[in-house]
Amino acid sequence: MIEFLAMGGYAFYVWGAYGVTAAVIVIEILAVRARRRAAMEEARLAAPEDPTPTVVPGGAQ
Amino acid sequence: MHATGTEAVGVSASASEAVDRAAAGDAGGAILPAIRWSLVRDLRIALRSRAELGVQLLFYVIVVTLFPLATTPERNLLLTMGPGVLWVAALLASLLSLPRLFAGDYADGTLEQIALSPHPLPALVAGKILAHWLTTGLPVVVLAPLLGLQYGMPGDALLVLTVALLLGTPILSLLGAIGAALTLGLRAGGSLLALLVLPLYIPVLIFGAGSVDMWRAGLAVAGNFSLLGAGLLLAIVGAPFAAASAVRIAMD
Amino acid sequence: MAINWYKYSSPAAFYPLAGRLIPWFGWSAALLTAIGLVVGLGIAPTDFQQGEAYRIIFIHVPAAWMSMFLYLVMAFWGAMALGFNTRLSAMMAQSIAPTGALMTFIALWTGSLWGRPTWGTYWAWDARMTSELILLFLYLGVIALRNAIDDPRRADRACAVLSLVGAINVPIIYYSVKWWNTLHQGSSVSLTAAPKMAAIMLTGMLIMSVAAWFYSIAVSLYRVRAIIVERERDAAWVNALPEVRAT
Repeated sequence: MIEFLAMGGYAFYVWGAYGVTAAVIVIEILAVRARRRAAMEEARLAAPEDPTPTVVPGGAQ
Repeated sequence: MHATGTEAVGVSASASEAVDRAAAGDAGGAILPAIRWSLVRDLRIALRSRAELGVQLLFYVIVVTLFPLATTPERNLLLTMGPGVLWVAALLASLLSLPRLFAGDYADGTLEQIALSPHPLPALVAGKILAHWLTTGLPVVVLAPLLGLQYGMPGDALLVLTVALLLGTPILSLLGAIGAALTLGLRAGGSLLALLVLPLYIPVLIFGAGSVDMWRAGLAVAGNFSLLGAGLLLAIVGAPFAAASAVRIAMD
Repeated sequence: MAINWYKYSSPAAFYPLAGRLIPWFGWSAALLTAIGLVVGLGIAPTDFQQGEAYRIIFIHVPAAWMSMFLYLVMAFWGAMALGFNTRLSAMMAQSIAPTGALMTFIALWTGSLWGRPTWGTYWAWDARMTSELILLFLYLGVIALRNAIDDPRRADRACAVLSLVGAINVPIIYYSVKWWNTLHQGSSVSLTAAPKMAAIMLTGMLIMSVAAWFYSIAVSLYRVRAIIVERERDAAWVNALPEVRAT
């Protein structure tokens, strides 16, 4: 296990590469989820408070 | 910018007249007259503000002078740096002057007139680009050999440099026009234009500055010149259309 | 069973389809990554010349491939948007750009960390890495242009033109950088030589490449759904979405 982590002395480089990649992927996923949440929030705020029934897909109202 | 209020109105009025006159001339095969019309017009407008052109040239001289001051006046190093510095400065000078290509006409409404005219927009844009090169690129080509002397470059190297710049600076104007049209009227303007256009400039820079290195190494420079020439032809054929569509996108 | 594909060119129809596709691509990517990591970090043998440092290629090469591939896909959707004037094509191009830029960054970062132990320097100005850096500039340019233009339709078309111009230039840029690199080679070793590939190493790279591809698809689809909601937020179907009503 220790040998695995040591990566033949190249631990800094190998784990620096894999680690930053993992971090960047996680950041992208979090960012894209935050973008979706913000978009939903904005859409909800922009929704007209309209009591008149409109035809919408799925029959929701 | 170049046009004042009253001047802009005069320009705008004469623009629509001139475009109508040109349109009345011949409808088909209107490419060369269109190029000539916008070339002459843009040259006239640019030469009205000779001071601005002079300032851009002075920028080029100052940038070239900066590099030895920042590094060393040591002869061998300057010889190595020289072509690269002269080329990079040419790129920066081109960038500095590119907004002028469309911004003035955009601001006073002439560009809209031009875009609506029956003449092919790519031809009108090509005339503008040619005027831009004549007032920005060509002076650099003339000045560069003189500045090359500052870097201790010998005569034959200076000749190679000049030919390369002669082939390369029009490409800078052509590619730059696409960027200028895309960024028309945007707040970020100048620096955004640099970000968009400089990566596209890189092959011109590499082959242009590299031609002097090739010469110095005793290798055939003809290959570089052919590549630059081919790039120039490609740019002449493609860039006016890309820039024209970018202008239409900005105008809608 | 004829599928009417054109139906999916409307954002409203594509939104639920994308939603169903994301889990498939996402979980496949995760599984393939796990397998690829086992192969790359565990099964593949130590390289004779480069030691364990070579294992970085299992990220570096897939990321570099994706960075180039995604740019072409982005330019493709831009061309579709210009040609057919479809909003969704432009939205797809818009959603791919950040992922492509990220792949480029990963390629540069891992390439730099691979270069240090292997060739002694973090940045060697070799043809591939330099071209990759310029590709990053091209991506950032498209993203910056998108942010600078307020009108979404103008941004769609401008970014499409820019990414097409960029796509045409990428081979020219690569060729010029390669030429520049050979001109100044001097005494430097060939920096583009990867270790002689044992079959298992190639397998690992291939698995990670497919993983990267599926990941990019999943993230782009997820992002495009957010973009669709952002840009279509006045549409009735958006307001009827359970996610919107539930917040």
